[in-house]
Amino acid sequence: MNEVCFRTRHLPNPASLETYRSIGGYETLKRLVTEKVPAAEIINQVKLSGLRGRGGAGFPTGLKWSFMPRYYDGPKYVICNTDEGEPGTFKDRDIIRYNPHQVIEGMAIAAYAMGARVGYNYIHGEIWAEYLAFERALDEARAAGFLGEHLFGTDFSFDIYAHHGYGAYICGEETALIESIEGKKGQPRFKPPFPASYGLYGRPTNVNNTESYASIPYILQYGGQAFQDLGVPGSGGTKIFSVSGHVEKPGNYEIGMGTPFPKLLELAGGVWKGRKLKAVIPGGSSTAVVPGEIMMQCTMDYDSIAKVGGSSLGAGSVIVMDETTDMVQVLNRLSYFYYEESCGQCTPCREGTGWLWRVVRRIAQGKGRPEDLDLLLDVSNNISGRTICALGDAAATPVISFIKHFRPEFEYYIQHGRSMVTG
Amino acid sequence: MPQIEIDGIPVEVEHGISIIEAADKLGIPIPRFCYHKKLSVAANCRMCLVQVEKFAKPLPACATPVSDGMKIFTRSKAAVEAQKSVMEFLLINHPLDCPICDQGGECDLQDLAVAYGSTKSRYTEEKRVVVNKNIGPLIATDMTRCIQCTRCVRFLKEVGGLMELGMINRTEHAEITAYIGKSVESELSGNIIDLCPVGALTSKPFRYSARGWELERRPAIAPHDGLGSHIEVHVKNGRVMRVVPREKESINECWLSDRDRFSYEGVNSPDRLTKPLLRRGDQWVETDWQSALEFAASRIKDTIARHGPDQIGMLISPHSTMEEGFLLKKIAKGIGCGNIDHRLRRSDYRLDGNFQGTPWLGCNLTDINQLDRILLIGSILRNEHPLLAHRFRCAVKYNEAELSLINPLGQDFLAPVAHKVITSPDGMVEMLLQVLKAVSTLERRLLCLCLPPALTRVMETVEVSETARAIAASLAGYGKTYDLISPRVGVFLGNLAQHHPRYAELYTLAEAIASLNGAVFGVLSETNNRVGLNLARAMPRRGALNARTMLEQPRKTYVLFNVEPEFDCHNGKMAADAMAAAECVIALTSYKSEALRDADVLLPIAPFTETSGTYTSMEGRVQSFAAANRPLGECRPGWKVLRVLGNLLGLEGFDYESSEQVKDEVFEGEAPSKVVWNRLNNNLRVLFDIEIRPPSMKLQRIGDIPLYQTDGTVRRAPSLQAAGKNCIGYVSMNGKDIQSAGLKPGTLVRVSQGGESVELPLRQDDRLASGCARVPLGPSTARLGDLFGEIRVEAIR
Ligand SMILES: Cc1cc2nc3c(=O)[nH]c(=O)nc-3n(C[C@H](O)[C@H](O)[C@H](O)COP(=O)(O)O)c2cc1C
Ligand code: SF4
Ligand code: FES
Repeated sequence: MNEVCFRTRHLPNPASLETYRSIGGYETLKRLVTEKVPAAEIINQVKLSGLRGRGGAGFPTGLKWSFMPRYYDGPKYVICNTDEGEPGTFKDRDIIRYNPHQVIEGMAIAAYAMGARVGYNYIHGEIWAEYLAFERALDEARAAGFLGEHLFGTDFSFDIYAHHGYGAYICGEETALIESIEGKKGQPRFKPPFPASYGLYGRPTNVNNTESYASIPYILQYGGQAFQDLGVPGSGGTKIFSVSGHVEKPGNYEIGMGTPFPKLLELAGGVWKGRKLKAVIPGGSSTAVVPGEIMMQCTMDYDSIAKVGGSSLGAGSVIVMDETTDMVQVLNRLSYFYYEESCGQCTPCREGTGWLWRVVRRIAQGKGRPEDLDLLLDVSNNISGRTICALGDAAATPVISFIKHFRPEFEYYIQHGRSMVTG
Repeated sequence: MPQIEIDGIPVEVEHGISIIEAADKLGIPIPRFCYHKKLSVAANCRMCLVQVEKFAKPLPACATPVSDGMKIFTRSKAAVEAQKSVMEFLLINHPLDCPICDQGGECDLQDLAVAYGSTKSRYTEEKRVVVNKNIGPLIATDMTRCIQCTRCVRFLKEVGGLMELGMINRTEHAEITAYIGKSVESELSGNIIDLCPVGALTSKPFRYSARGWELERRPAIAPHDGLGSHIEVHVKNGRVMRVVPREKESINECWLSDRDRFSYEGVNSPDRLTKPLLRRGDQWVETDWQSALEFAASRIKDTIARHGPDQIGMLISPHSTMEEGFLLKKIAKGIGCGNIDHRLRRSDYRLDGNFQGTPWLGCNLTDINQLDRILLIGSILRNEHPLLAHRFRCAVKYNEAELSLINPLGQDFLAPVAHKVITSPDGMVEMLLQVLKAVSTLERRLLCLCLPPALTRVMETVEVSETARAIAASLAGYGKTYDLISPRVGVFLGNLAQHHPRYAELYTLAEAIASLNGAVFGVLSETNNRVGLNLARAMPRRGALNARTMLEQPRKTYVLFNVEPEFDCHNGKMAADAMAAAECVIALTSYKSEALRDADVLLPIAPFTETSGTYTSMEGRVQSFAAANRPLGECRPGWKVLRVLGNLLGLEGFDYESSEQVKDEVFEGEAPSKVVWNRLNNNLRVLFDIEIRPPSMKLQRIGDIPLYQTDGTVRRAPSLQAAGKNCIGYVSMNGKDIQSAGLKPGTLVRVSQGGESVELPLRQDDRLASGCARVPLGPSTARLGDLFGEIRVEAIR
């Protein structure tokens, strides 16, 4: 456990530069830069590692890096996405709390490989202490010569600005995040063009999640293959799973990809109060809910969660629900979240999220109507795939999956005006 | 070029265009709300979703570029289903208040809802209500109807130049609003009424007055600035209800300035003169046309008999048609009088007789967008020609043009200005001299042009400032990041320059600077038809009196053609005094006016909506139009009145049956374009001698013409007056001058000029040249003296 991103966590003063250097921190950066290792070789190692984006979409990181134009006359940027705002997610906060230097080193390596001189870390507005801690880490790194002009006496220069948001979930979407850094209202841009061709200030930009960047130093220290071997084919490396909900020991667990779900549940102390597992949302609130018995057959990797669980690994935010959970109320809460957090820009999401929530709320208030469930599915399908960004899909997925797996609970509410579970 | 297929039709299209552009070219309709060909792509309404082969999800046609081999289906089951679902979403929170909505009948949402909507709503939850915003006197808001397409936001930012509207809040609380406590002040604001695809933004003056389908739509030409924008006048029961733009890419694109859009309110003003009036003592008495015209003719004949024709002065509004100008000139000529002029606000006529032709823009409007380097002299461009300012902004924004300005006062150009000089009227001459000197010392000048020795001698007496050098370098093509070998350069004189007391010098220097740079040299047309009236020769005969000298040397009799003397002339006081002293004033006018208090007869003539005629715009475009509306009451088109007057005066050749016949005579039977081609010319015969004047120690007035004070029609449009109320009735000076004069900003001060004085609030404006006081033309200041001249500003004791 805790082999990659959390590798300083068991040490005293884990966030300090000293601690990070004691495990070989910044040596990799120094080697790559001073030995002038070609960018293509770095990107190849990242490809080999099987690292997939940890921000939720799981896009292969090495491939993403290769989209950045190699020869470009003008600035390019690397951006780290620490905006973590989805219900169930809380891993990036712990990464910058316990191991900020690994993120910095990862970004520096990325910058070196993609030819950027400036990086930004966009940090969620509601984790102020971590934002300040990250600023301190940047100061330390600058003072030690790991950020700034002419690093290690070479012609490679790189610096990072920490930027804190104000807590809007949508600013985690990479193009909304870019708009927000530019000082504009955080609203997603229509893609294409993707950030790699038109990103921050219209320049080529690479956006990765905090955990993705934090995995980079390890990959280049030990080789892509070593990272891949920590996981399973198709899902290389370790992954931090943020386990929350009805477990005895909620928290972050960094384990190899492919670990069976029961093992992860066991690490988290099992379902609390000796109760039975009812359902799991495996990847954060935007991923489909999975009934407990199916989840127990899954391993924690992209393929299994998709194929066996019918959901997705997302950001690895595992929300566990026990047998006493009222699924209608859970959906009510989730739908409210998406209704509140839609940026309001595009029609299906702006109008549809409010519609979904109001109908779910009505059912949860005991005022449901028989036609409501089909209406909810229809509205969800009308949002899905028709919006500018993925928030629309994120809002529709819980509705569709909750009704799919727990339809009787909804029907009971509609018929009896109260919960089948809590009475 | 990519080969694509839309709904089974194979076509070859330009590389890089979007699906919607390709479909529009083919005439295949794709429903849309947020997309507009002139604005950036927002792709937020999602109404344009279409099916594309090989893509699982529907794609927005407005934001998806075509690629080779693409197969697009706009009417397939999947496409229509997506479009219908978007329509359902758009309607759930829409108030569906079409019966009380002004947009009804011309609403994109209504139209598309008929095609894609359902008759019954599946939405039974509570609906959203959005509070309306007061964004000024021109635009009414019903924000609950808004569908957040952001066309208005994008227009104001991208075309208007200033982001006066924005979308605040997230989710369904998202709403369009102005800055807190602010209204929308763009001089192009009315375009967002046209752009709004629903009834959220509608015309305030037009509100609740008619339905779109009740209106007769008549094409016309905009009457207030030099562009000649294409408009459509909407008439119901003989009343103009509103004016909207007609699309004309090479002139106004699809836009219209607020002045040209809302000035029709003036045409409907209660001031309209509907019957001829004769003065009897202190009274106006109604009379019939016959008596009124006979009276006018007899007074003219009487003046000729008693004092000679030279004692008659004729002033014609520069907004008049070519036909009107031509006929008045013909009358003047017929009675042997040379004193006729349309250049009423001009004060410097020293170049008369020195022009090789009719001054004009020097290029086409569309050429402006392509310029690389621009020098604009004496122009408050956004007030003078709002849509021309847009073209200049386009040059700066999209063509990376460098713009240099030389003015006595500052106006935010809403685009980056490379060099900005703010200096006194005399300082402007000196600055141009410096620029000329700097240009002529640069290696890149065109050596073939020899400046006359007199000019070279004066040039030697000035020292070239850093700014002048920078402007010269810019015009020569030197740039911040890279140099242009052969830049396209334009040097232009604005309206303010034409009112400048040393216009002759500005003109000479500008021409010299332009020719040294191989630049386009242009003169903006002060009004819609300054060029046309010049072509129609509504100007003094050689040696006769011009608009200024006609007032300086008062005449016994004046003929005024749509002129309100104190408002429309360079020196309001002098004009008012001359009218008061005259034996007889014959006024042909569309409006009753206090400014015509000294007239003896008022002949009601048609405003621009009620007459046929011809305007020639500043780019030399000759545009004829028919009357959009029938004349109000007994009022008559000006050309018809002049025809009868000509007959009553016993003159030959006044038996026209149509304004077309007059037009043919104006152009001497030639094709207008040929005449224009031959006559438009900005060159001087000989360059004018420049004199250097020691800086004046006296305070100089800068009398600019505010956006909504240009002419009698605009001055009578209540909504425009409300919109422009802060731009009149004040005096401003820069902070230093205020301090050294011992005055306090915000207090009332006494402003005196030419024996008249008014009390005005003093504003501080640090973008004003020192030694100057800005006193814009307006009702309270009209009777002061020269627009540019000495003025006194004192504390009130
Ligand atoms: C509504 C929405 C919210 C998102 N929030 C986050 C976030 O908080 N953190 C994050 O890393 N990615 C978030 N993403 C995904 C990013 O857009 C982007 O894909 C990601 O940062 C890329 O990094 P990765 O490839 O390393 O995962 C979000 C996406 C959407 C649509
Ligand atoms: S899907 Fe929602 S959050 Fe994303 S752009 Fe559209 S309105 Fe904004
Ligand atoms: S027209 Fe394409 S999304 Fe609005």
